[in-house]
Amino acid sequence: MRITCPICGERDRREFYYSGHAMALDRPTEDAGSDAWDDYLHNRDNTCGEMQDLWYHEMGCGAWVVVTRNTATHEVIATKLAEEAAS
Amino acid sequence: MVKLEPTTPLQGATPVEVGTMVVQEVGDLRPVTSIAPYPGRQKAVSDLLKKAHGITFPKPNMFLPGKEASCLWFGRDMALLIGVVPDPALAREAALTDQSDAWAVLSLRGDGIEAALARLCPIDTRLKQFPINSTARTEVAHMMSSLTRMSETEFQLMIFRAFARTALHEITDAMEGVAARG
Repeated sequence: MRITCPICGERDRREFYYSGHAMALDRPTEDAGSDAWDDYLHNRDNTCGEMQDLWYHEMGCGAWVVVTRNTATHEVIATKLAEEAAS
Repeated sequence: MVKLEPTTPLQGATPVEVGTMVVQEVGDLRPVTSIAPYPGRQKAVSDLLKKAHGITFPKPNMFLPGKEASCLWFGRDMALLIGVVPDPALAREAALTDQSDAWAVLSLRGDGIEAALARLCPIDTRLKQFPINSTARTEVAHMMSSLTRMSETEFQLMIFRAFARTALHEITDAMEGVAARG
């Protein structure tokens, strides 16, 4: 699997550290209620198909990247800096 | 009073020659300072670098060599200023950290060195894909590193000082493999 780092360019998967679903960027507000926080902290869909997750370019430039990929085919569809995705 | 002599990370352990390839420590690459511009201040830092040291802040994957000062891209929003003490004015626009003793610096050169690197590193280091003055933050033998092509036949590899001997061992192993089997 090859992931295109928005800064470094296309790199091998082994340079990256996987850190779960990109919903981690959508932190609920403090008063959002326990259901919203329960979802945010614990509940994930086990998607077969397209999903977005966070990868850290640990062995490279150190950027956090939101990767849109297909879990069935391993196709990497798009990548974006987490900073841009979150703003 | 005992006078202590400073030593480099690989003092006395290099050069190692294997076939047509050589790995040798670059012991005199100093001072080295990391420059991490504060948010939105990269242009200001680049202008200051130009004024004080005649060099700009490098774009990703680029090494800018100079007569006295060189600037090496070193990760997201970070570069290394090599060869000169940074102008204090830079401290207003960027976080400056002395890295002079933090990294082991190796020169890797000779015919076949790309083949040795191919055994250790997931990027394509051939001249066509990785021309002179290209640099990359990548892994070499599972260690974080900075790899730069200095010329058609020479690479500069920077590894955490603590991993210097492991790196030398891994590189020597890879060179021996290339020399024995091509």
